[in-house]
Amino acid sequence: MAKLNLNRQPMPEQDHKERARNFKEVTLGYSLETALAEAERCIICPKPACVKGCPVNVPIPDFIKALRENDLPGAAKALKSKNNLPSICGRVCPQESQCEALCVVGKKGAPIAIGRLERYVGDWELRRMEENPSVPAKPTPTGKRVAVVGAGPSGLTAAADLARLGHSVTIFEALHKPGGVLIYGIPEFRLPKSIVGAEVDYVRSLGVEIVVDSVIGRTVTVDELLDEEGFDVVFLGTGAGLPNFMGIPGENLNGVYSANEFLTRANLMKAYAFPEADTPIKRSKRVAVVGGGNVAMDAVRTALRLGAEEASIVYRRSEEELPARREEFEHAKDEGIVFRFLTNPVEILGDKGWVVGMKCLEMELGEPDASGRRRPVIKPGSEFVLDVDAVIMAIGTSPNPLVTRTTRGLELNRHGTVVADPETGKSSKDKVWAGGDIVTGAATVISAMGAGKRAALSIHEFLMMEPRINADRSG
Amino acid sequence: MYRILEREDLTDTIHVFKIDAPAVAKRAKPGQFVILRVAEDGERIPLTIADFDRKAGTITVVFMEVGKTTMQMAKLGVGDSLANFAGPLGLPTEVEKFGRVVVVGGGFGVATTYPIARAMKEAGNEVITIMGARTKDLLIWEDMMRSASHELIVCTDDGSYGRKGLVTAPLKEMLEDDCRIDRVVAIGPAIMMKFVALTSQPFGVPTVVSLNPLMVDGTGLCGACRVSVDGVTKFACVDGPDFDGHKVDWDLLLARQKIFVEEEKISLEHWRHHESCECSKAKA
Ligand SMILES: Cc1cc2nc3c(=O)[nH]c(=O)nc-3n(C[C@H](O)[C@H](O)[C@H](O)COP(=O)(O)OP(=O)(O)OC[C@H]3O[C@@H](n4cnc5c(N)ncnc54)[C@H](O)[C@@H]3O)c2cc1C
Ligand SMILES: Cc1cc2nc3c(=O)[nH]c(=O)nc-3n(C[C@H](O)[C@H](O)[C@H](O)COP(=O)(O)OP(=O)(O)OC[C@H]3O[C@@H](n4cnc5c(N)ncnc54)[C@H](O)[C@@H]3O)c2cc1C
Ligand code: SF4
Ligand code: SF4
Ligand code: FES
Repeated sequence: MAKLNLNRQPMPEQDHKERARNFKEVTLGYSLETALAEAERCIICPKPACVKGCPVNVPIPDFIKALRENDLPGAAKALKSKNNLPSICGRVCPQESQCEALCVVGKKGAPIAIGRLERYVGDWELRRMEENPSVPAKPTPTGKRVAVVGAGPSGLTAAADLARLGHSVTIFEALHKPGGVLIYGIPEFRLPKSIVGAEVDYVRSLGVEIVVDSVIGRTVTVDELLDEEGFDVVFLGTGAGLPNFMGIPGENLNGVYSANEFLTRANLMKAYAFPEADTPIKRSKRVAVVGGGNVAMDAVRTALRLGAEEASIVYRRSEEELPARREEFEHAKDEGIVFRFLTNPVEILGDKGWVVGMKCLEMELGEPDASGRRRPVIKPGSEFVLDVDAVIMAIGTSPNPLVTRTTRGLELNRHGTVVADPETGKSSKDKVWAGGDIVTGAATVISAMGAGKRAALSIHEFLMMEPRINADRSG
Repeated sequence: MYRILEREDLTDTIHVFKIDAPAVAKRAKPGQFVILRVAEDGERIPLTIADFDRKAGTITVVFMEVGKTTMQMAKLGVGDSLANFAGPLGLPTEVEKFGRVVVVGGGFGVATTYPIARAMKEAGNEVITIMGARTKDLLIWEDMMRSASHELIVCTDDGSYGRKGLVTAPLKEMLEDDCRIDRVVAIGPAIMMKFVALTSQPFGVPTVVSLNPLMVDGTGLCGACRVSVDGVTKFACVDGPDFDGHKVDWDLLLARQKIFVEEEKISLEHWRHHESCECSKAKA
């Protein structure tokens, strides 16, 4: 083996000036050559630390080893044994705090670029499936019917696994397109919609039926799915999509949006292509996004691409506490996003109903709070007005109560999330499982997928046991 | 795909579609709405459920041509399909035996008051309906409203039919004449609902209005539909669309409805231009 290379293969990306004005993907992906070179750096640990950092325990050394041997089908197979959506996770997983954070090579140099390799293999597999669409082997039908509510990563994963086990699966999705946050929230420049579309097609090819325009709790309730529509179990993967607002004066002015509204218009409704697509979005000149997570980064970079002269982040803590992925922060900075740290909005100012400014206070960091992060405190006399014509609130989301309020006997936590067994996803209600953001609150794609996988297994066990239970009862 | 089974033109710009949507029809209740897309890349627009037939699995909507999407929809006919049709959304209108209920409808809102008037009558209320339009040609569903009410009062702004004047005038007279009214339900343009609410407020008669802010998803996801009621922000698509008319911040609603007026013009012109190109191509 060659001497350990401490530097990772750089990721090619679109020029930052150019990409700040288009919606094409920012990072371009490894070539086979760079992927092989990066894979070469992995020392294929017999007791791989990296795997422990992955919420679904992807057999990382196995897939990297296969890749290294130029056995791409083998690499894809290893990956897909644990992760149905490698092209997606390779792009959006917070690898630096998960698998890559524990990689041993990271102790001496840069950790192996596991996410980038995963993306390479995932994309290769998608291309292969596109060129050579093979119909997956049909498992023996079990005759059991599963309803999955929500077509986000948790629902899609649970559905795929259950279909592979021979159950008849129907996904009910409220919007007109499946994908959840992957389709309405995360922008094209970070996760091309064609990839989400291909993964959804794959789930369909397993025999899963996806019914769009179906708002559970309104079109039909969970209880009706079980009692009237003939489903044996229900999996809830409805996410945490209800946008929070700060509750400060002026938040209902024209020109104030939730990040969800802004991103849904831009992504799901394709407002960047207005008027070719019908849904409008304002092309504001000076846009402030309040918040510091991935959602805030996506919103502010979208605003810039829509033509803002200044697009800024307003965050009440400092750069160190920024919850967004480092890579997204770096990308945003390169593109010219302005960061206003230690700044807290207190009022949005309006004129004739429209936003004309945002009153803010400067903050400084005090003692650590319950989360262990230093609590921002107001710097006295620091009030100032930020000159903006649009404000986007990206301060978090809560579980949408549409399903939970209309389902009998479903135990909820204080924050409105569904109480579910962390191992199995079983809720307090008979025949109902739940997973993803609806259980954890806003989290990550991979944790939602992991929850979908665990729930699928538990549902399968339950469904295969059921006839015996019935027989016991009758006997 | 959701097929259009019947079409009726009430005026030049107000149309009725009966749509094949069994899943929506199965649970539809008066006061709820749907969100539809006419075609791929189209906007999601909300329309009130004006009637439903559970057995036949159909939903009736009445819509007025006001911009690109409604005009594009008006070009469709029996046998065509809508791309998407989700519902029933929102909470149903509260219907119980209140006593004497005055139902006020303006413009296309008249059609959407129909299932409510009917349900109120079925629940044992005495239903007085006041319906209004700018002019005689824009009056819709008069016979249906008559059948759903014990008494019907028709107004036109220009006096071309029925009483001359706004719908608030007969309402005010009834209130002043001390004719006991237990509840008012008003649906129509925001400005009309505002004045109905202002008329009934001094008399303390509970007044329910159906708010129509801009919407995107209709499921509580985006907050575009936020309205302020009694000083509290609500999402009209999930918390409403019905609210206490005396507590609504009307100026906010009216302002927020105008967010995209410039873009709406651009969208319409773009579409008209596109349509005319295609027409000329087709003729050549
Ligand atoms: C802008 C943005 C950027 C993000 N970036 C990242 C990132 O870079 N990396 C990362 O790991 N995570 C990221 N996340 C978080 C991640 O996307 C979520 O944690 C994940 O999508 C949760 O998956 P889910 O399946 O639980 O729910 P969701 O993806 O929210 O899907 C839920 C689905 O259920 C549907 N639904 C809801 N209610 C109903 C109903 N009543 N009836 C029928 N259907 C219903 C919704 O329409 C939706 O399609 C981001 C989130 C956002 C909003
Ligand atoms: C709960 C609800 C029920 C409604 N019921 C009916 C109905 O039964 N019949 C009917 O004719 N209309 C109804 N509307 C209004 C209807 O949705 C709009 O007329 C339609 O969206 C206009 O689209 P457009 O592209 O043709 O016009 P646009 O050019 O987009 O807009 C013209 C005007 O219509 C209003 N409007 C535009 N987009 C929306 C939107 N997404 N939501 C609400 N209003 C909008 C605005 O005030 C705008 O100025 C309802 C609205 C709501 C919120
Ligand atoms: S799924 Fe995410 S955390 Fe797991 S190995 Fe892949 S990139 Fe790392
Ligand atoms: S810990 Fe790092 S070097 Fe070891 S197997 Fe995992 S990725 Fe390879
Ligand atoms: S329309 Fe999006 S939350 Fe009401």
